[in-house]
Amino acid sequence: MTTETQTFFEDVAVGQEIELKLVPTTQQLVQWAAGSGDFYQIHYDVEFAKSTGLPGVIIHGALKHALLGRMLHEWVGYGGKIKKWGVSYRGMDVPGQELACKGVVTEKRQEGGENLVDLEIWTANPEGQKTTPGTATVALPSRS
Amino acid sequence: MAEYEIITPEMEAAVGIESEPWTLEVDRLQIRLFARAVGYTDPLFYDEEFAKSRGYRSLPCPPHYLGTLVFDPATSDPTFGSPRGRRPRLNHGLKRVLNGGTEIEMFDTICAGDTLTATSKIASLVERKGSLGTMLITTTETTYRRDGTMVAISRGTGINY
Repeated sequence: MTTETQTFFEDVAVGQEIELKLVPTTQQLVQWAAGSGDFYQIHYDVEFAKSTGLPGVIIHGALKHALLGRMLHEWVGYGGKIKKWGVSYRGMDVPGQELACKGVVTEKRQEGGENLVDLEIWTANPEGQKTTPGTATVALPSRS
Repeated sequence: MAEYEIITPEMEAAVGIESEPWTLEVDRLQIRLFARAVGYTDPLFYDEEFAKSRGYRSLPCPPHYLGTLVFDPATSDPTFGSPRGRRPRLNHGLKRVLNGGTEIEMFDTICAGDTLTATSKIASLVERKGSLGTMLITTTETTYRRDGTMVAISRGTGINY
């Protein structure tokens, strides 16, 4: 999607939820290897992954951080900015099943002339477990 | 004094030491490749004229992308591309590694054509027993500068087991 629809600070409320659902594929993991420069074999070589004790290839943690960044980018629009976002890779996610990127607004505040919004962010697997929990802070433009 | 299985006094001494700098290049080709990998359809990351019409100098970096390491076969890690010898090597003897977490803080927009200089330091070392045996958890803080001005900080957690 393009980001022509602008989210404004005034329109955001604590408790508001955002979401980006997708199904990462093995092709996407290979694209990520090329895009990020991380060629660790556990993300594309099933036998290698199993030899390290994993059930099979797994999604790069950093890709999940980047996908949560995409969710935030598409929400804050061209007038907003992502200030900071961080996550822990608690659970492994595998390609070929739904990965839900989610966020919920926890606080609105004004600081240093900026309209800041804090969120809890995470990815959830099909069982609803939070595999990549974290927090984010974004800046939004004001209507006034 | 804690009893460690993995952490040695030598490893503890490496905490906090700022590395030698290395260079990262930001170019349009890699921005498009990165944006494809994350599944963006936003023209901002593909169409330079569109990006300029939105006030950017060139294609901006999608979130998480902080430039690409300049690969040197003599010194770069063949799997991760990271520069070897830029920080004290931890001789922990553990073969396997997992990524434990990432935090990125942005201070300015980074665009294609920028050259960044990064330095890193080990911020902390922690040992923990888990399902994969005794694990070493290393937090590394990397600072990215453009023309001497800090533009981003990334904090990464590595798990060796």
